[in-house]
Amino acid sequence: MRPFRANLMICGGTACVSNRSFDIKKALEKEIEKQGLDDEIQVVTTGCNGFCAAGPLMVVQPEGIFYGHLMEKDIPFLVEEHFLKGRPVKNLMYVPPETEVPIPKMNDIDFFKGQILIALRNRGLIDPEKIDEYIGREGYYGLLKVLTSMTPDEVIKEIKDSGLRGRGGAGFPTGVKWELTRAADGDLKYIVCNADEGDPGAFMDRSIIESDPHSVLEGMVIGAYAMGASQGYIYIRNEYPLALQRLLIAIDQARDYGLIGENILGSNFSFDINVTRGAGAFVCGEETALISSIEGKLGNPKPRPPYPTTSGLWGKPTNINNVETWANIPVIINRGANWYSEIGTETSKGTKVFSLVGKINNTGLVEVPMGITLNDIVNKIGGGIPDGKKFKAIQTGGPSGGCIPAEKLDLPVDYESLAKAGSMMGSGGMVVMDETTCMVDVARYFLTFTKDESCGKCTPCREGIAQLHRILTKITEGEGTMEDLELLENLANVIKDTSLCGLGKSAPNPVLTTMRYFKDEYLAHITDKKCPARVCRQLNTYVINAEICASKGHGCGVCRRECPEQAISGEKNISHIIDQEKCVKCGVCFDVCKFNAVTIE
Amino acid sequence: MSKLKIEDLQKINEKVRQTMLLREGNGRARITVHMGTCGIAAGARKIMDTLLKIIEEKNVKDVILTNSGCAGLCSREPMATVELVGEAPVKYVDLTEDKIHKIFVEHVQDGKIVTEYALAVGSERTH
Repeated sequence: MRPFRANLMICGGTACVSNRSFDIKKALEKEIEKQGLDDEIQVVTTGCNGFCAAGPLMVVQPEGIFYGHLMEKDIPFLVEEHFLKGRPVKNLMYVPPETEVPIPKMNDIDFFKGQILIALRNRGLIDPEKIDEYIGREGYYGLLKVLTSMTPDEVIKEIKDSGLRGRGGAGFPTGVKWELTRAADGDLKYIVCNADEGDPGAFMDRSIIESDPHSVLEGMVIGAYAMGASQGYIYIRNEYPLALQRLLIAIDQARDYGLIGENILGSNFSFDINVTRGAGAFVCGEETALISSIEGKLGNPKPRPPYPTTSGLWGKPTNINNVETWANIPVIINRGANWYSEIGTETSKGTKVFSLVGKINNTGLVEVPMGITLNDIVNKIGGGIPDGKKFKAIQTGGPSGGCIPAEKLDLPVDYESLAKAGSMMGSGGMVVMDETTCMVDVARYFLTFTKDESCGKCTPCREGIAQLHRILTKITEGEGTMEDLELLENLANVIKDTSLCGLGKSAPNPVLTTMRYFKDEYLAHITDKKCPARVCRQLNTYVINAEICASKGHGCGVCRRECPEQAISGEKNISHIIDQEKCVKCGVCFDVCKFNAVTIE
Repeated sequence: MSKLKIEDLQKINEKVRQTMLLREGNGRARITVHMGTCGIAAGARKIMDTLLKIIEEKNVKDVILTNSGCAGLCSREPMATVELVGEAPVKYVDLTEDKIHKIFVEHVQDGKIVTEYALAVGSERTH
């Protein structure tokens, strides 16, 4: 085979695809052919590169040059300059906001420094739809190793020694769970991959499947060998069409190669994988609800014990691990528990993938060693807060997690430290909030989500969350009382203690942590009837600055025309006035004024 | 596709190994052909094409071939820089197909600099 001198790795993760990366790929191929370079340069679609904020993006290998924010119109110039004449194009490179000097190489960009890729080891390096490329990066070598040289007990010991803990949120030691499943009575055992990622703003599992589906499959086959399971299920939400498509392609390829199915790699070990599509209910990420859903029943949780390891899918011993956990397995087997356990902290080993979203410059997907501080994630990798605003809080663990304030930014990211701060590791969503975020409103937002997603089976969760939400709404509308604060806290603790499953047990976390760290904001809403972040509009008083309105805006009258209550009066060249009696505080005048003449008091 | 046997995994790995090395940017040697307008006019494309052919014929897996812009010495084009891991880069000038063939065999594969075609050892520094 004639080699290519360059590979253009164009990101085909969901974020870049929705920014037309497939069109850019076509344009590249067309232009490369036009320049007669098509037998020298290959264009490759990869999974998510991680740096979603710079998408649609492409990395040119072997040089490692990073191009972001690509548009189809840039392509002819780019191909001629860089690939024909060898001059990389500066104005398509990443420019950090603080220096304004382009950084040509991917590895020199702060976002990529400090990351350690284990679960995401193949991101941006392989085409996820080609099994040969996965094998080219030593894929399925872990499977080969266990089939030829390890007993099931040795595999379990290796995973236990590695210190790997469940990446779905709870952090249960993976090796121990495997051991329980292996020890459970019964000839028929199942393993399940939980790909029902439902936290708002979280997309780790989706990206792993989109960029490297075989790493999950290989992890599952190794797990099945260790636990003596003959059938596996991947429960993935139907809202992930690209991930689902790549997963199905990967399963077909693996089956063709005999890497799943009967007599894997010529051994006497057989194991197959089915895919079950979920309809997107948040509660189905809870393991007992997930099992019900695979069985074709309503996705409702059941009391534990019995735990799935003894009685799970169709009453058989079942081991459930999350996507990221499975993706770690092949590397741990291949490189050994010792290597893995050197990364991370005393109790939390290895790395964790986080999706970094919200008010942050470098939105994207990062994989970092356990024990890294929140500060490093937010300010180094994440590039800080846009527009020079001040950091206020970071929400970890999704709607079940908590908000951690600025004074705790030195907190190391591991299971125990986050739990101690009232939050949790969760599956890895991180939502960054700046000073323009109201913490009461944030708590209300997350409760809106959990209220809607509660399955309704147990009373504390069904009724309790709705009441928490009602009280929070009352406070944001300026109707809150001091008794409400006490009620919130009591109710939250009751829901935590008495709910049937993890959804209810964790749903009050956003309320409890915001009350713990941002009590003054609650008090401002209740006693001063003010929202310090100016988010809760019912607490705002909108006033027009007479001088700005007359001198800069010349009484343009846009606010007067837009006001739904005709509460604004005035004429051309004369300052306008809001009639506070008529004002319903919708904030339209504030939004439409081009001269910033409308202020909030 | 027939079911894989144990030894087949290794074969597939070797087949795509070269592409993976290229993407990881980890070659034992790197050859840069200077392809500014001057280089292209002087025949740099031919040099690039020859190198690609040699790599294919010899089934070499650990050499990275790339291009860059004008090296600044337009009168001596076509030019190429050969850089072995851990050694200083060497610039070769006035290249022809025969010369690059010799450079590939002697320098890239055997590690001996072809002094009669070399302009200088080392690269200009950037600041």
